[in-house]
Amino acid sequence: MIKVTDLHKSFGEAKVLKGVSTTFEKGKTNMIIGQSGSGKTVFLKCLLGLHVPEQGIIEFDGRKHTELTIKSRRQLRKEMGMVFQGGALFDSLTVEENIMFPLKMFTRQIRSEMLDRVNFVLDRVNLQNANKKFPAELSGGMQKRVAIARAIVMNPKYLFCDEPNSGLDPQTATIIDNLIQEITEEYNIITIINSHDMNSVMEIGEKIIFLKDGVKAWEGSNKEMFKTENEAVVEFVYSSNLFRKVREAYLNETK
Amino acid sequence: MNYIEHVGKYFIMLKQVFRKPQKWSVFKEMLFREVEDLGLKSLGIIMFISFFVGGVVAIQTALNVDSPFIPKYLIGFATKRGIILEFAPTFMSIILAGKVGSYITSSIGTMRVTEQIDALEVMGINSLNYLVLPKIIAALFFYPLLVMLSIFLGIFGGYCAGLLTDLFFSEDFIYGIQLDFNPYFLKYALTKTVVFAFAIATIPAYHGYYVKGGSLEVGRASTMAVVWTSIVIILLNYFLTQMLLG
Repeated sequence: MIKVTDLHKSFGEAKVLKGVSTTFEKGKTNMIIGQSGSGKTVFLKCLLGLHVPEQGIIEFDGRKHTELTIKSRRQLRKEMGMVFQGGALFDSLTVEENIMFPLKMFTRQIRSEMLDRVNFVLDRVNLQNANKKFPAELSGGMQKRVAIARAIVMNPKYLFCDEPNSGLDPQTATIIDNLIQEITEEYNIITIINSHDMNSVMEIGEKIIFLKDGVKAWEGSNKEMFKTENEAVVEFVYSSNLFRKVREAYLNETK
Repeated sequence: MNYIEHVGKYFIMLKQVFRKPQKWSVFKEMLFREVEDLGLKSLGIIMFISFFVGGVVAIQTALNVDSPFIPKYLIGFATKRGIILEFAPTFMSIILAGKVGSYITSSIGTMRVTEQIDALEVMGINSLNYLVLPKIIAALFFYPLLVMLSIFLGIFGGYCAGLLTDLFFSEDFIYGIQLDFNPYFLKYALTKTVVFAFAIATIPAYHGYYVKGGSLEVGRASTMAVVWTSIVIILLNYFLTQMLLG
């Protein structure tokens, strides 16, 4: 479990996170939503250790992130997988080398073993025959798949995704969503997704945290989100006619 | 951010760079890649410039030394001294600061703005050590070789200029380059090169690593890196010359 208690983060005068507390459980797809500038990315980067919070505690299965030594923090990071918004694949490396990179750095596997693992994860994300291609030769959806493959190659306990659907067509976005959910359940890991895509939120958001102006304004499941009367959530999530109608239909159905 | 803050941040960066590599086999792979990118790919331009500038130095000296009281072998002597003491170590380093420095800043800067450096950090990798240390080692070991080659080609360019222009006899030139040869000058040139190589690898890396924004900022950082590396080389050249020859 990841437990976050009273997390504060500022940049100069700007207070971005103002005391966020929550928990994330194993085997669940957790989603962080909110308007641009609400602190979603900063929150995710604090969890990843890329930003150091001024106040608050982040615990990874009982290990307090802020109290870890450099060595144990590095060990903890090896248990994390991250899918960045733009993929963040290494341009100079092929798909195969990108995915093999964490294995090369942290394992003593021989090349054939590493290749087997690379092919296994590529197969898992339904991407065959791309081993020797460079990231620039791949479509956006394929790059995301490679990024997911790289994130899971070390069997992480925690998977973080920053806007995994941005820039993808709806069909590919659904495929990526389903893939992330399947992986979460299959490997029984904690997945935290930062998203703007309400389709994803409705589809796979087992736990949703709504951030507004640096505070947690609401949390619940996707089903609870249909029923909530929380003004901030209703205003943000149901701002489009389509989602308003979907919500009305759901509420009529469940009456 | 003021200059003192930048200097402080630069030295803090160096502290992170000079750590034991997390995996030697990966470090070795990176080192070979950097030797190719920073060294071998600069061979052509260094050879071309050295040969022709060596020729120009010899021609200029010959044209300006037209007094019958000044022996012609001084053309070879002056060409050799100029090339060993200043042209090869300093001028070549400034050219490398432009070519290699902009490459280092733009490659690291692009990695920064496309979150590739964040990806390394999330994996638990010391990104500064992984990205910058192989560049420093490659530059420190390879640039002295480039400068030796530059010295040879510069003098050879001067010799060829004599053959092609008939401004001086090749025998005089060869006598001039053998005259009063001081091996300490080579040591001086190589010492300067090693110091400049360190600046060429680290200052652009600093500018690339801490860039914020997008492609425009990466471009600006590359320009700043070349400007600052050149300034630092010129200043270091002044102090090193004073220290080693003064």
